[in-house]
Amino acid sequence: MHIVVCVKQVPDTKIIKINPKTNTLDRRSAPAILNPYDAHAVQEAVKIRKMVGEGTISVLSMGPPQATAVIKKSIEIGADKGYLISDRAFAGADTLATSYALSKALERIAKEEPVDLVICGLHAIDGDTGQVGPGIARRMDIPPVTNVIEVTELNEKEKTILLKRKLANGYQLIQADYPCLMTVGKEINEIEYSPMPNMIKAARYEPIIWSVNDLENVNRPQLGLKGSPTIVGKMFTPPKPEGGKRLEGNSDEQVNQLMEVLQDKKELFLTAR
Amino acid sequence: MIEEYRGVWVFIEQNDGEIEGVSLELLGAGRKLADKLEVTLSGVLLGHDVKALCPEIIAYGADEVYVVDHPIMKDYRTESYMKGIMLLAEKYKPEIFLYGATPNGKDLASAVATDLSTGLTADTTMLDVDLEKRLLEASRPAFGGNIMATILCKKHRPQMATVRPKVMKALDRDTSRTGKIIEEEIDLKEENMRTKVLKVVKDVTKVASLADAHVVVAGGKGLGDIHGFQLIHELADTIGASVGGTRDVVEAGWLPHELQVGQTGETITPKIYFAIGISGAIQHVVGMKNSEFIIAINKDPNAPIFDVATYGIVGDAMEIVPKLIEQFKKLRKEKGGEVSYV
Repeated sequence: MHIVVCVKQVPDTKIIKINPKTNTLDRRSAPAILNPYDAHAVQEAVKIRKMVGEGTISVLSMGPPQATAVIKKSIEIGADKGYLISDRAFAGADTLATSYALSKALERIAKEEPVDLVICGLHAIDGDTGQVGPGIARRMDIPPVTNVIEVTELNEKEKTILLKRKLANGYQLIQADYPCLMTVGKEINEIEYSPMPNMIKAARYEPIIWSVNDLENVNRPQLGLKGSPTIVGKMFTPPKPEGGKRLEGNSDEQVNQLMEVLQDKKELFLTAR
Repeated sequence: MIEEYRGVWVFIEQNDGEIEGVSLELLGAGRKLADKLEVTLSGVLLGHDVKALCPEIIAYGADEVYVVDHPIMKDYRTESYMKGIMLLAEKYKPEIFLYGATPNGKDLASAVATDLSTGLTADTTMLDVDLEKRLLEASRPAFGGNIMATILCKKHRPQMATVRPKVMKALDRDTSRTGKIIEEEIDLKEENMRTKVLKVVKDVTKVASLADAHVVVAGGKGLGDIHGFQLIHELADTIGASVGGTRDVVEAGWLPHELQVGQTGETITPKIYFAIGISGAIQHVVGMKNSEFIIAINKDPNAPIFDVATYGIVGDAMEIVPKLIEQFKKLRKEKGGEVSYV
């Protein structure tokens, strides 16, 4: 069983600050982390390996050289090896160009050892699109199953996997032939504490870094900014609503005013039975 | 080449023969775009035994409906649905194609955009067209910042976007409207499918409680810690409201993700929304700003939440909320019985 997990380095949106003048992110203020959904994806690969007894877990990322940090983090969680594709040719990619580059890297990884499962996080917390996972699946011509909340069963003889896929109001139980690709949410597992040997391995691990020249049959116009159909047209601050009334005074006065307002708004609000 | 592409399409998501609300909202939004561009608005319907829905789709604004009705389309799955969409899109070539930003809509749009090698904007909250260039202007909050980004797709067609539920407005249902129904055959066999939906399990209790609540009490980082956040639960309990929270609160583990309000959580439009200890980052505001009546309590007088609030209280939530709870309890006692909402 060979599982490849796609991971992304993102700024920690919990800590990042907004520059009040430009209304944009002050990127220097945020440390770079492994996208939280991707951490769950790696953890799920570890779980699946445990379920079937053996297997290789590879992680794949695209980004600047410092993105090797998220590969090391994935090794801590339990991955065996990691690949980073890093090249100026990939820069400025939207989701279409990103899924193209990653699928080319997956092709090369599959040459070394055929891939059974690809797992991605539901979405990255910096872009919030969730479009790259299904895109990779289409390019590899394997079925995508998004929003997986449970891997129920894996049948190695039949090469099928049983998955629970979350819906807006419940879930679907899906049987997929594998190789397939799934994207996972946070509900799927709890991140476990990394065992000491993993930590040591991660500290010493040197991820494999590929440039565009290391990938085969690449159609360069499909990469990076050039290969991206979408562009940011303009950035704007949304029209500011004028805001409502402030309730002034000390806290008792404020609460009393609010209670009056709420009781006045009969069509909206409170009546006691 | 791109001149061949004409018309605005909306993917009509149906579950068990019931059209998703967001699809009707998109017919409303799509109608405006189509009128501006002077083209037809089409609904695209996939499913099994769903033809009866076509008049509904027309009543909500479509000029025509493309239908692929086949047993293989009974339950949503990427594999069969994307083949149905590809068949239609390659044959009829729309210039704009909108999907609801639901789990299925996002899944489908991502797969279709890849096969059509076209651009897809995720989680759009504003739509417009540049008439001169016939460009869709799909705007969404830019990552984290209090700023919107307009995404364009200049050289590829169709221009696709997923759109957040409850942001656009559906038109009033008008059964006197007429339109054309175009049925399309598809040659797919179940035995060739690599994915099978074995069962669909419904759990309406969880999400519905927040999405359909008349009153929501939501809290943010300003409550300090998970203990401070208890005040939110207490106030909600007292007035029979649902609890919600910001992304920070969910990331910190104070609330489960299902209760997150905002761009990456639920978009809700309750009658009353209490925003307590919430600064009002755009990521949160897009999920609640259409609430009828918004009450904000925050220490920072310059917090952007006050811009969308109907009534604002500058003050310490730790001091104000307990007093509010006390008042509600008193009111309940005086009037004898439950507090309820009209």
